[in-house]
Amino acid sequence: MTPLTTPMPPGLPRIPIGEVVADGITWVKQNLEALLDGLTAMLSFLVELFTDLLLAPPMLLGIALFTLLALLVRSWGFAVFALVGTLLIASMELWEPAMQTLGLVLVATLAAIVVAIPIGILAARSDTVSTIVKPVLDFMQTMPAFVYLVPVVIFFSIGVVPGVFATVVFALPPGVRLTELGIRQVDKETVEAGEAFGGTPGQILRGIQLPLGLPTIMAGVNQVIMLALSMAVIAGLVGAGGLGQLVVTSISRIDVALGFEAGLAVVILAIYLDRITGAIGQPTGRSLGAVLRRRRAETASRQPAAATAGSTTT
Amino acid sequence: MPAIEASGLTKIFGRRPKRGVRMLREGAEVADLRREGLTPAVIEATFDVAPGEIFVVMGLSGSGKSTLIRMVNGLLEPTDGTIKLDGQDITHLSKAGLRELRRSKVSMVFQHFALLPHRTVGENAAYALQLQGVSRDERERRAEEALAMVGLKGWGGSMPSELSGGMRQRVGLARALASGTEVMLMDEAFSALDPLIRKEMQDQLLELQAELDKTILFITHDLNEAMRLGDRIAMMRDGRIVQVGTAEEILNEPANNYVAQFVEGVDRSRVLSAGTVMEPPVAVVGRDAGPQAAHKLMREHQTSSLLVVTRERRVEGLVWEDDVAEAVRQGADRLPVSAEGVPRVTPDTPLAALFHHAAATRAPIAVVGENDRLEGVIPRVTLLSALSAPTGKDRPDGTDGTGGAGERPDATAAGETPLDPAGAR
Ligand SMILES: Nc1ncnc2c1ncn2[C@@H]1O[C@H](COP(=O)(O)OP(=O)(O)O)[C@@H](O)[C@H]1O
Ligand SMILES: [Mg+2]
Repeated sequence: MTPLTTPMPPGLPRIPIGEVVADGITWVKQNLEALLDGLTAMLSFLVELFTDLLLAPPMLLGIALFTLLALLVRSWGFAVFALVGTLLIASMELWEPAMQTLGLVLVATLAAIVVAIPIGILAARSDTVSTIVKPVLDFMQTMPAFVYLVPVVIFFSIGVVPGVFATVVFALPPGVRLTELGIRQVDKETVEAGEAFGGTPGQILRGIQLPLGLPTIMAGVNQVIMLALSMAVIAGLVGAGGLGQLVVTSISRIDVALGFEAGLAVVILAIYLDRITGAIGQPTGRSLGAVLRRRRAETASRQPAAATAGSTTT
Repeated sequence: MPAIEASGLTKIFGRRPKRGVRMLREGAEVADLRREGLTPAVIEATFDVAPGEIFVVMGLSGSGKSTLIRMVNGLLEPTDGTIKLDGQDITHLSKAGLRELRRSKVSMVFQHFALLPHRTVGENAAYALQLQGVSRDERERRAEEALAMVGLKGWGGSMPSELSGGMRQRVGLARALASGTEVMLMDEAFSALDPLIRKEMQDQLLELQAELDKTILFITHDLNEAMRLGDRIAMMRDGRIVQVGTAEEILNEPANNYVAQFVEGVDRSRVLSAGTVMEPPVAVVGRDAGPQAAHKLMREHQTSSLLVVTRERRVEGLVWEDDVAEAVRQGADRLPVSAEGVPRVTPDTPLAALFHHAAATRAPIAVVGENDRLEGVIPRVTLLSALSAPTGKDRPDGTDGTGGAGERPDATAAGETPLDPAGAR
């Protein structure tokens, strides 16, 4: 059998980077047991909670809810897609694994956002933080996804928690990057206006930078979700369950039918999540919510106009 | 006490900017600093703004105006020098101190309006109050008042994106007014607007100012705007203030070539008043004098008409050369006072308002002060030539412009000026 690595040229010292990292991982495992246990408990609790919630309503009601959400935040057309897509998942008998994957993705996304947005904000405020964070993110993004699975399994053994953890690490970078970008590209004069009227950094962040940076930040969230979904499938390798597990099974059994169906369910979930988050960042104006708001605004503006017209004639 | 007091205010951008201050003190040029990687944006600016004054800072793009105005509310910390508001030295205030200052004393209006696009017009107008934690009811009331002041009554529920540029800047103005501060900073506040809208906004600002008596530091690169608005104008060049004065002082006594070139294209009729262009009233004759004396005076002053005045120097009328000559020939002993009336104006009448007099009669215009006392005359030829050039010393083209104009009737040509004030008419 051919070796996987090449022998080094004679005279060159072998630098044990891999060993150092492995030692570090072992050290963490031995010394931060409590922290890891806490994380395990919290993450598994959250994933179970989300999955249970998603599976709580009967399947058809669940499908109706997905469709309604699509209508509320986006449009009629997308609602039709949501209906057909979720029905298809149900008819392939993949509802439960799909909801498990969705639960994992939602928890991982939430965790990634909770970590990424504050880091992004810090990086937007300080050039130093930005220069430190950037190479770390580059590293995280280019490191092959499978590599994360190894230490994660050491920390958390196998199951859904290492899956979530690897997913968070893998999905984090675009959240940080686009939060930083979104805040930095907010019109300088508008931020200055906040300062010129005596706003505190917190007031400016909440009142100006976050709302004006929202489309970009949401684009980041969208990418986080997409990456989380792809990683959630890979996490099937470490026993994260859901659609990922089916994909892994289909590979080991060379079961094309199962693999394709599980893959298709992933695609449907991906499109659904992508369009929903996209619509939150950049409202289409065709959603039910927008239509209702417009109608309310119209009646509201008609009233004062009528009132002034009345007062001029009297 | 001045509302704003700047002395030796200097701002240098770059690493370790203090060394730039030292270099400047030792006589280094701006170019020397630039070679060191430093950008001296404002150098030794010293000026006072009185309460209730509109003080305009005027200069080309990059001359340091924005940097200067941002030191007044502490958005930028001066590298050197001091800035006082109401006598309070704010040069090195803490962050919290600066916030307090901006909430209570200085507000700002921005070139590109800097409104919050996701909030309604009313919320935008109330923004400063919201930051201060004013209750919702009160801030809505005050924002509504401010919007009414700028002519946007009833627009509170609209979104900024539904408004035209001029209206958006009115919201910007309302936001500053609602904050209730004494001092308002306006950085090229009207520069992004069309000329017609810009003029409307200038009128509105002047109207508001007559009512509210704020202290306004107004930045512009448009000389006509500066002249229309400014009680006093500071001319800025490459970070230095090269002249501070009223519009008339700047027009008539430009401190140097730079200012002179600047003012060449301005519409002088708006800025100059009868008082500045009038000539000493020497071509006058007492009403009891005879035709002989009048004839002699006319020859002495080389003029074709004389104003007839009483002993209290009140203008009675005017005599023409032809009539006087005729009277002399006939041996009459009374002055042939023309039936034509003499237009009378006060010294502060703007030049533009004199033209219809000049068009209606050949007679010179009499400038009269209190009790109708004659203070000066404006012959028609003076009126026309006053429009053409500054009477200042060093003219940009090297000709000496003393004696005013008339010699350079072509100098009114606008558009060839170094900066083309968009509203040159
Ligand atoms: N934050 C900054 N860093 C470095 N240079 C600056 C900065 N702000 C302004 N400058 C420089 O200072 C000079 C004056 O700029 P500014 O005050 O904006 O001029 P103006 O408002 O008159 O156009 C310009 O040369 C500009 O490039
Ligand atoms: Mg500027």
